[in-house]
Amino acid sequence: MGAAAIGVARQRNLYGVVLLSGIYSFLMATVMVVLDAVDVAMTEAAVGAGISTVLLFGAIHLTGGTESKPIHRPWLPLFVVTVTGAMLVYGTLGLPAFSDPKAPIHQHVAPRYLKEGPEKTGVPNVVTVVLASYRGFDTLGETFVVFTAGIGVIALLRRRSPRRTREKDDEGGRA
Amino acid sequence: MRLDIILRVIAKLLIPFALVFGLYVQFHGDYGPGGGFQAGVIVAAAVIFYALIYGLPAARRVVPDALVEFLLAFGVLLYSGVGIASILLGGNFLDYFVLGADPISGQHRGIFWVEAGVLITVAAVMLKIFYVFAARKRDAGEAGQ
Repeated sequence: MGAAAIGVARQRNLYGVVLLSGIYSFLMATVMVVLDAVDVAMTEAAVGAGISTVLLFGAIHLTGGTESKPIHRPWLPLFVVTVTGAMLVYGTLGLPAFSDPKAPIHQHVAPRYLKEGPEKTGVPNVVTVVLASYRGFDTLGETFVVFTAGIGVIALLRRRSPRRTREKDDEGGRA
Repeated sequence: MRLDIILRVIAKLLIPFALVFGLYVQFHGDYGPGGGFQAGVIVAAAVIFYALIYGLPAARRVVPDALVEFLLAFGVLLYSGVGIASILLGGNFLDYFVLGADPISGQHRGIFWVEAGVLITVAAVMLKIFYVFAARKRDAGEAGQ
């Protein structure tokens, strides 16, 4: 996975970048399966490796296949990223150990969801219970986010015939 | 386009199974992994696969633009409609317990319709994004001529 990420950063050919990020997503999906988060793995494989690869190829088809040379030297951004990363790693040192049952996140509402969720709703998959029932408002918000993304893309990229002719006139006027 | 007969045959074989798998992920989401979002992406991926192999006009004949745009809004409305329905039946917004005869069947019904709303919106949005990306150069080319 690290190799794929470094490849994405080093590669100048954008087709290679898209393919490598698809591979990265597949590896990420397998990591999610290992961590028993099968729902997330499914989403990662379908969206990350499947649809976004196709969409990125579509975008490359519109814009052209090679990255332009960067104008600035990358040292300042590299410095900022390194410092931020180091601070984040330092922050994780204060977290409880991975899969520690006494961690606060496992003490709050999670036991109630795990115990009561399947009983109260009759749905054995706790992920679905939390997503659709306990966190119904959040999921409604997420659906609206997806909806808004679709509307935004339509508003930006769709061409209607009246506007098309107007743009043509503009180009003609400039020429 | 004449040499890709293998791709065409394989696609024809695979796409029905992909769609059925999407439905399985949707309706089995109560018991196994999956749910509206994953199923929506799988359904959209099946149609995008069809469009890649058979061309965009063929896919647009199967799933027209107007239908996709209608479904895009319909899914969100379905989700919100479940919330409104639970208010009308005397509960809070998105309170599924009042939707059925007893709380458990109410929860089942609520989760079912909410997931259906997520499926419809996600599938339509993914498909629509693909359509506008793939069709842009084509439409621009037609405008230039």
